[in-house]
Amino acid sequence: MIKLNIPISEDEIRNLKCGDTVTLTGTIVTARDAGHKLMVEERPDFLNDLLKEGVIYHCGPVVKKEGDKWSFVSAGPTTSAREEPYQGKVIDSYQVRGVIGKGGMGKDTLAACKKYGAVYFHAVGGAGTLIGQSVKEVMDVHKLEEFGTPEAFWVIRVEDFPVIVTMDTHGESLHAKVLAESAKQLEKLLEK
Amino acid sequence: MDEKLINHLVELIKRASTDLPADVVEALGEAKAKEPDGSTQANTFDTILKNISMAREAATPICQDTGMLIFYVYHPLGADTITLRGHIEAAAEKATKSIYLRPNAVDPVSGKNSGTNVGANAPYVAFKQWKKEEIFIRLMLKGGGSENVGKQYTLPDSRLGAGRDLKGVRKCVLDAVHSAQGKGCGPGTVGVGIGGDRGSAFFLSKEQFFRTIGSSNDDSELAALEDSLHEDLNSLGIGAMGFGGKTTVLDVFIGKQHRHPATFYVSVSYICWAFRRKAMTLKNGEAIYHD
Repeated sequence: MIKLNIPISEDEIRNLKCGDTVTLTGTIVTARDAGHKLMVEERPDFLNDLLKEGVIYHCGPVVKKEGDKWSFVSAGPTTSAREEPYQGKVIDSYQVRGVIGKGGMGKDTLAACKKYGAVYFHAVGGAGTLIGQSVKEVMDVHKLEEFGTPEAFWVIRVEDFPVIVTMDTHGESLHAKVLAESAKQLEKLLEK
Repeated sequence: MDEKLINHLVELIKRASTDLPADVVEALGEAKAKEPDGSTQANTFDTILKNISMAREAATPICQDTGMLIFYVYHPLGADTITLRGHIEAAAEKATKSIYLRPNAVDPVSGKNSGTNVGANAPYVAFKQWKKEEIFIRLMLKGGGSENVGKQYTLPDSRLGAGRDLKGVRKCVLDAVHSAQGKGCGPGTVGVGIGGDRGSAFFLSKEQFFRTIGSSNDDSELAALEDSLHEDLNSLGIGAMGFGGKTTVLDVFIGKQHRHPATFYVSVSYICWAFRRKAMTLKNGEAIYHD
């Protein structure tokens, strides 16, 4: 088990390998489809300090508001593949070191991970309540009115957020490996 | 508005969102036992099982994607379905305020989230008349990630070498689950609808999710196909979350309906491991809840 604090240095990220179990502590930002589109098309500056050597979390949480204070009730990862057209550009333009999501991402993101020094962290999809408990504080929220709860940028402080590295800076992707092996088996099954 | 009925419906939604059916939990436990202790796969199942009990105890959503609300309402002759629909909408709004649901209804043109889970055709409600006196309501919460990996095939399909028979159907299901990989939050359960028109074929595939895991098909040919597909799909080795592993699907359910002579659709729907369904019988104003 590797413990990492955010912000994460490029050296720390380049030391990680596919299959490593990691826990993350520090400030991360949620972003989904509307957020990624905005980051590429308009590149807002308010995210600069939050994302430099930072981590994006593909998540649309269930939230609760008591008084003025927000908290996360259920907060597992959403499918990352939808952000594939944007992710590499976002990693480059904001100097992002890690992306948390589920299901893995494609070739463009893998290439950006290698080039700019970032990894893909896989969280357990559906484990919303469990992961919600590692979110200790909601520090801020951006674009809530415009994007709605799932799509807003939630700035959260996490402690020991559990993830597995499934795409690293060395060009390895567990998703590509499972895809290739299962494709061979599929071919055999289709011949039956 | 009948507040008592709204509260029964909110309770049904709460149970669906926070308390996974016993047959699904059991199947996930069996899948965990097949993986080596301490492996990424076994740890992933541990996380899933721990999350399920935490959600049940805290009455918080198992998954933050509380899905699309899909209701099937079986009612006696003369039931006022317009009023009933109004109560379902009121319950969806109340369950959203109570944080059993995330607001998941988005206007596709303006991009605005209604904030209540109520909108055009949301929640989705199918009304079916039956001969019994009581009202029976089934609810499925279908996550968006798993919905996105569903597929529809038109047979014959030359890419797959799939003809208009059960062998062809088998090839479609193999292809659909392979192309889903881990994206639908596996291990999932697969629903297949054969025949009908394009629309009804998808509905048939999703109605299969009202079956319990391990139940067998009344049609012996389809039952045999379900069993052999279950085995073949697990041999793909995609595993929980697509990390690789012995269990790619928890079960396979297949339904058929008559088709037009010129068409042959095979619809494949996928539901994530968080296979959320509950039901409720309403009799003399009282509610009995079921898995």
